[in-house]
Amino acid sequence: MDLFEYQGKQYFAKFGIPVSAGDVAHTVDEAIAIAERVGYPVVVKAQVQVGGRGKAGGIKLANDKAEVQTHATNILGMDIKGHVVKRVWVECASDIAEEYYASFTLDRAAKQHLLMLSAQGGVDIEEVAAKDPTAIVKLHVNPIVGIDAAVAKKAAADARIPAKAQDGVADILVKLYDCFVKGDCDLAEINPLILKPTGEVHALDAKVSLDGNALFRHPEWEAFRATEELDDRERLAREKDLQYIGLDGSVGIIANGAGLAMSTLDVVNQVGGKAANFLDIGGGANAELMTAALEVINFDTKVKSIFINIFGGITRGEEVAKGIVEAMRRVELRAPIVIRLDGTNADQGRAILAEAGIPSSKLMSKPTMLEAARAAVDIANGKVG
Amino acid sequence: MAIFVNEHTKVIVQGLTGGQGKFHGLRNRAYGTKVVAGVTPGKGGQDVEGIPVFDSVADAVKATGADASFVAVPPKAAPAAILEAAAAGVGFVVCITEGIPAQDEARVYATLKRDYPRTRLLGPNCPGIISPGRCNIGITAGEIAHEPTPGGKNVGIVSRSGTLTYQALFELKQQGIGVTTCVGIGGDPVPGTSFVDCLAEFQKDPETSAILMIGEIGGSAEEEAAEFIKANVTKPMSAYIAGVTAPAGKKMGHAGAIVSGGKGTAQGKMDALRAAGVKVGANPTEAGQLMAQIIASLG
Repeated sequence: MDLFEYQGKQYFAKFGIPVSAGDVAHTVDEAIAIAERVGYPVVVKAQVQVGGRGKAGGIKLANDKAEVQTHATNILGMDIKGHVVKRVWVECASDIAEEYYASFTLDRAAKQHLLMLSAQGGVDIEEVAAKDPTAIVKLHVNPIVGIDAAVAKKAAADARIPAKAQDGVADILVKLYDCFVKGDCDLAEINPLILKPTGEVHALDAKVSLDGNALFRHPEWEAFRATEELDDRERLAREKDLQYIGLDGSVGIIANGAGLAMSTLDVVNQVGGKAANFLDIGGGANAELMTAALEVINFDTKVKSIFINIFGGITRGEEVAKGIVEAMRRVELRAPIVIRLDGTNADQGRAILAEAGIPSSKLMSKPTMLEAARAAVDIANGKVG
Repeated sequence: MAIFVNEHTKVIVQGLTGGQGKFHGLRNRAYGTKVVAGVTPGKGGQDVEGIPVFDSVADAVKATGADASFVAVPPKAAPAAILEAAAAGVGFVVCITEGIPAQDEARVYATLKRDYPRTRLLGPNCPGIISPGRCNIGITAGEIAHEPTPGGKNVGIVSRSGTLTYQALFELKQQGIGVTTCVGIGGDPVPGTSFVDCLAEFQKDPETSAILMIGEIGGSAEEEAAEFIKANVTKPMSAYIAGVTAPAGKKMGHAGAIVSGGKGTAQGKMDALRAAGVKVGANPTEAGQLMAQIIASLG
């Protein structure tokens, strides 16, 4: 789960990482009230989860109330690469002497945490990595050892961060690591991490991605989930507790198992179609789950055909088939279904589907994944004869 | 022969009195696996359909001589359960639990490396392991796996995905090809056992003639496997990688299946495997057919 900048800064603040005084505003009046409270000049920043906000005019400096009004009015509602700005973050403007970069992630290959630190901040770190890899210090941190101030300070020195800023940077690194671990982040990134002319170091931006698996021990994340940028289909799927990701094609997908669902998207693509979604209904595939899944797929008006791809393991084919027949009784579908049912007792399952009396214009069964994908794509592309 | 588990493996089930543990533990026993004990704190002295339950893994190991454990407990309890098994000297721990936070997995992995280097963890979030006809630990439906043909050409399977593993087992069975061991390493970011670990074992196993590998997007485990194959694996291989069309930045069902910063793409993984001499199928069926051709060519 990716956080907005303002949420990331609020999260950082809980772990003692210094950020600029500021708050989030949903309206122009709220933006003005925050500016009046924190003091001018302020920066008004669009809250969207996409890069290039500055270039798009989504980050503006305001010296007085009138300028806050102008900028907040312009930025709220602005479309930045398809993301409509619903909120702005208004914060006290900072004087910047230098800009650095710091992040913690998991290095999956090394199975350890990874600190990345650079004296070149404020730009895309991938660009820094491409131009001058030596400008980035990469330090593995053992998850059962952690990082202390001495190790952090040495990393700062290795990254050629000037001596006057090293203690401040080290202090923030220790706190950022704490946030990364205790805060259950997949990514905790500060870019830029700034040195002010007065000598203080602080986080001018916040990029935080949280590990959804840790939700059970973070009740406070509910507030973040509420603002997650989901489309209407994804919101409905979440209500029904389904593993769903909205895509922009016309073949609705239901499969059991994440790997098989991914594979189903690939096969649809391989035969010239485009999937409308990713949906893993898990091992169970009973009538309740299938009904919920079909309701979500049916909600998507772009769907022209539905490809159900089930491999029966412990869940036997006849149980899956009964579930589908029952679900089709409950949901009035706009698009026809093509099903591929394989695995344990698939023959009995197919027999149940054949005997259910559902016309072939509504439900078609194909023996292999590839044939089913072709049939579903033909329908979606209007090539049915 | 088989890798990691065989007909002699004695298994305890941590969480045998719970829903998942009971269901799969009893299925594993019905398959013929030596399920010798269960562990549930506070329920020592009870039994589940004749399988004795102990309060701790240490008690269960002492009483039964178990050498493997099947962890089927919820995400909150799983890290401690894995480490308890390791502390009790269990050499092979299979954890099917889905939804363990990545920070916990990283800590468990580091703790195993430091304190219990002799314990191998399989998973978490994996379907388990089956050596057909000998031992089945986890959630795989045993009936879809073909037993190895004595003296014949048999295949080892290693996979990050559950259903795609079943698919692979099923397709080999349809073709009458035997499987020595099928290992599901799981779809999480910090798996205890990697592709490389399994490939090394299959390479050593005299009964395994060829290897089928199923990967997916995210991380670099397939690329590391390709490097290892180039240098160390002489047995023929086919492979499939799921997620060619997965959008960047989204976790595709599995916590570890995510393309981020342009890294971990299916294309990159397929290219790496092809460069290592692996025959890569465009879909799971094709990977199965490629394996059938390999077996046929081995005579």
